[in-house]
Amino acid sequence: MSEDIFQGYKGEALELLKKFNVRVWGTAEIETSRGKFMGTVLPRSENDDEKHIVLKIITGYNIGIDTDTVSDMKETGYKKANYKIPEKEFPYSANRPNVKLFGTGGTIASRLDYRTGAVIPAFSPGELYGAVPELADICNLDTEKIFAVFSENMGPEQYIKLAIAIGKEIENGIDGIIIGHGTDTLHYTAAALTYMVQNSPVPIVLVGSQRSSDRPSSDAALNLMHATTAAAHGDIAEVMVCMFGPTSDEYGFLHRGTRVRKMHSSYRSTFRTIGDTPLATITRKGVTPIKPIYNHRRKDKCVKVMPYFEEKIGMLYYYTNMQPDMIDMMVDAGYKGIIMIGTGLGHVNKPLYPAIVRATEKGVPIFMTVQTLWGYVHMFVYDTGRDLMAKGIVPLENMLPEVAYIKLGWALGQTSDLEKVKEIMLTPINDDITEREPYNGYLIYQGGVPEVEAFIRKVRK
Amino acid sequence: MKQKIDPAKNYQETKEAIGYVPRKQATQADYDRIGFMSGLEVHQQLKTEKKLFCRCPAGVYNDHETYDAEVIRHMRPTLSELGEYDGTALMEFKTRKNIVYRIKNETTCTYEVDDTPPFPINRQALDIAIAISLLSKLNIVGEVHITRKQYLDGSIPTGFQRTAIIGVEGEIYLKDRPVRLIQLSIEEDSCREISDIGHTRVYKTDRLGMPLIETVTYPDMVNPDEVKEACDYIRFLNRSTGMVRTGMGAGRQDVNVSCRGGSRVEIKGVAHTRWIPELTHVECFRQWTLLRIREILLSRFPDPAKWNMTHKELKYQDIAYPSEPVIYAKNNGFRIGAVNLPGFGGILSHFTQPKKMFASEIEDRLKVIACIERPNMIHSEEQGSMISGDDMEHIFDMLGAKEDDAQIIFWGPDDDIKTAIETIEERCRLAFVGIPGETRKSFEDGTTIFERVLPGPDRMYPDTDSKPIPLPTEVIDELGKNLPDEVINRYKQLVAWGVPGDTHIYLFSKNLFPLLSRIANDLKIDPKFAGTFLGHTLKNLEGKLPKGKQFTYEKVYELLQFLTKKGIDLRIAAKALAEVYIHPQMDFDSVMTTIKYKKVEKEEILSKIPFLKNKFAQIRISSKPEIETEWIMGELRRIAEGNINLAELSRAIEA
Repeated sequence: MSEDIFQGYKGEALELLKKFNVRVWGTAEIETSRGKFMGTVLPRSENDDEKHIVLKIITGYNIGIDTDTVSDMKETGYKKANYKIPEKEFPYSANRPNVKLFGTGGTIASRLDYRTGAVIPAFSPGELYGAVPELADICNLDTEKIFAVFSENMGPEQYIKLAIAIGKEIENGIDGIIIGHGTDTLHYTAAALTYMVQNSPVPIVLVGSQRSSDRPSSDAALNLMHATTAAAHGDIAEVMVCMFGPTSDEYGFLHRGTRVRKMHSSYRSTFRTIGDTPLATITRKGVTPIKPIYNHRRKDKCVKVMPYFEEKIGMLYYYTNMQPDMIDMMVDAGYKGIIMIGTGLGHVNKPLYPAIVRATEKGVPIFMTVQTLWGYVHMFVYDTGRDLMAKGIVPLENMLPEVAYIKLGWALGQTSDLEKVKEIMLTPINDDITEREPYNGYLIYQGGVPEVEAFIRKVRK
Repeated sequence: MKQKIDPAKNYQETKEAIGYVPRKQATQADYDRIGFMSGLEVHQQLKTEKKLFCRCPAGVYNDHETYDAEVIRHMRPTLSELGEYDGTALMEFKTRKNIVYRIKNETTCTYEVDDTPPFPINRQALDIAIAISLLSKLNIVGEVHITRKQYLDGSIPTGFQRTAIIGVEGEIYLKDRPVRLIQLSIEEDSCREISDIGHTRVYKTDRLGMPLIETVTYPDMVNPDEVKEACDYIRFLNRSTGMVRTGMGAGRQDVNVSCRGGSRVEIKGVAHTRWIPELTHVECFRQWTLLRIREILLSRFPDPAKWNMTHKELKYQDIAYPSEPVIYAKNNGFRIGAVNLPGFGGILSHFTQPKKMFASEIEDRLKVIACIERPNMIHSEEQGSMISGDDMEHIFDMLGAKEDDAQIIFWGPDDDIKTAIETIEERCRLAFVGIPGETRKSFEDGTTIFERVLPGPDRMYPDTDSKPIPLPTEVIDELGKNLPDEVINRYKQLVAWGVPGDTHIYLFSKNLFPLLSRIANDLKIDPKFAGTFLGHTLKNLEGKLPKGKQFTYEKVYELLQFLTKKGIDLRIAAKALAEVYIHPQMDFDSVMTTIKYKKVEKEEILSKIPFLKNKFAQIRISSKPEIETEWIMGELRRIAEGNINLAELSRAIEA
């Protein structure tokens, strides 16, 4: 039990608390060479040093006391805080569509216990209703915490569990699905679900937040309202990512799960459709399609779940002077397929050629995508490209690298027949490869140019 | 409606009933009677090159219309640690504001608009804050924890201010006793508001994120003048380091006031310390008044739960003789309604502040909470002819009102009516409780208006984006080495030197004490003369003459040094300083030529006395010796100035 009484404290600080018999959550008076301090002893975050004791003083601020300065400590009281997110019963109405929210552990479905660094999930329908009461005007919400992992720890096991769970809900007649997800790997999961849950009759919407829901300016509430609106009322029955359009609280985008990517480490408007326009914009009033062709919502329940994944595959980001043993090592380690992310139109250097030939001969297929993200692999333009193709590399058109990685795992999960795998990879699914790249599919304006500045000033970004 | 209250008379009578006295006539006995109590939160920008949590430049400002882009945000209340929503948070959420930020690329990066987490704290700012904490005799913390303090008004795009305690439990001085300090924190400055109309509030982000310290006192001050004195002391202490910004907006204060039996009300953003006495005086009496109103209401409704407001929607036809505000409402297509406030007769026109009555409290909240611009209501106890007697009677009947009741007619856009009704009811119910916890906006005349609900204690959250910063003893000791001496000691020194009292505020506010000490110690000039020279002569020039760009206070030192070296009498310094102030780049020899000073030996001047005495004897204006001396002094003044001490000259004439 000692861990509970001195939560998070180690070393000198722990010794001091023990010596003077002061507990975490105890109110304490501390005499130091810098004067007297009073407050409630708080738990110490695990990663912080061993030389300070954290106090919440009466004004609500936290301060640290240097253990070297302490001469005396006295516990004068004890008051343990009890964090609980209030629950209100989510109102049900027969007139509203039924939406299921799967929680995976991202910030949209959690609130940080700032004291301990632990995550308190704000997740049950009642808790969500307590925090975002507007949800009740949109749908009847049911939630299920399917697992609790950080975005970066999502992987094939979770993709498969999710796909199966989604399939079941659809068969049970749900009107729309939302998946709350951390944003870092949101686009990987979006691609995985696109492949694993096909022919869905209802929208499947992945949503996250870039600013955690414990801050007033969080994008979580608006994203959640957008996502529930798209899931409950939208006509687009595809796997989509729903996140902020501009950084302003104005509208969101629905991105196709196969063409979307996180493009900024912290911006709210981080998710962008690459090489095409987004599918639609979304506000609390509803979905406004941008792309004219999409899969429409249907009344049936004929969903096709294909929960396959071969985990022994990898991605290689080409850099100048890459050594061939990078590929050799993967082949020798038993990797069954490699996505190469090449420069420019899809190139790597000559010293890699023998390794590529060796891999192909050993039955490890290598597919080519581009580091530029925008644009197609064009391996006929230069000799290098032709050489590479001759040596067995398969160009993947304008498929995004992360999408290609997921698709390869999914394809190899279904078959080890390499011809079949190649066929699956090159058969477009939900625009993972598009036949054409529209002119407005590549818009990265640069600041400083007068007309761009005029546009930004006039149209809020 | 038989008997109508005379609002003007009622206002006057209620003002007398609570014993209101204008500040000029108020004595400590008056303040003791109402239990005046006040504390301060003094904000001071620090002089750093960059902002506190990002690398944008600090102190670069732009006007309202100069911006590169706009970002729009909505603030949403988040749960407190105890699972409650903060009162302010709920109010701000009710107001449903669109917050627009005008950003300028030069002064704003992705941090200010909350699109990137904070960078490590500006060390220069932290060190200044520690130095000032040491001067304020605060106990310095062992580790600085960045905390988030929620603000939902939009003044900070994140919805919270990053702030951290540097020291607790310190002390400053009034002339005759110490005042205790609660704490000193370092924090990021907020946005500057451009406008707030209807549901849109516009801010600019140039000031946002600049390093600021906040010094908080205990409510130890017992009259309005002490509050100002304490505030001046803190500001002078800050300035004595030479490491803080000065000028418009660089120092601002929030003033907390309560009366006996009252509760804390915070007057926000007082720009000038000279406003403080009137503001605190008026606010304390306002609270005293609200307590009386509570007594009256409780005598009418011993159980406030039984008090019920009724509401009716009106048609514009209901008002046969519409006044200007009603016509305005009609032309805007607003919905119009009326409420009956049982037992509020004589309350709406009850005095609250000079030129304000209780009805203003409701009107202010309609503007802020329901976002309905003024005029947003008229009522049954208006002074003047806002509504005809017939119309009022008609509405009185519609509402089924009784004689003791009061009525409010209000209007606004469709979406805001519900909030408006709730707002009126809430303020009236609060009148039974006494003094609502509020932050109030100040005006120069000493009155205040409602700004927002006073935030509760539960709006502090540790900042999960930053790590605690340890403050080892060596660092603090090092910073303690270069501290200026305490303002209280400097004050005592000025008194000991005999520097006139009316120069002190100027000397401290411009941080001229160090200069004065150097003049006294290095140049061996009489500190009383030097203090007067700075505090009267220089101050006077500053108000009158155009300042040359290169002028700094160091020029005063250089000028006095020059005069001393040349053995020129210092009485000419005032004339010379006027020149130097306008033309700081001119060399001092040229300055002396410009003011027509010529070096003449003392003996030469004295040798002219016998001749002048003769001449005076001839013209014979008077036989009185003092007239003779005066006349000769006049004749010699031009050449004497700067060359001979005039007192010495006068003695020589008389001899």
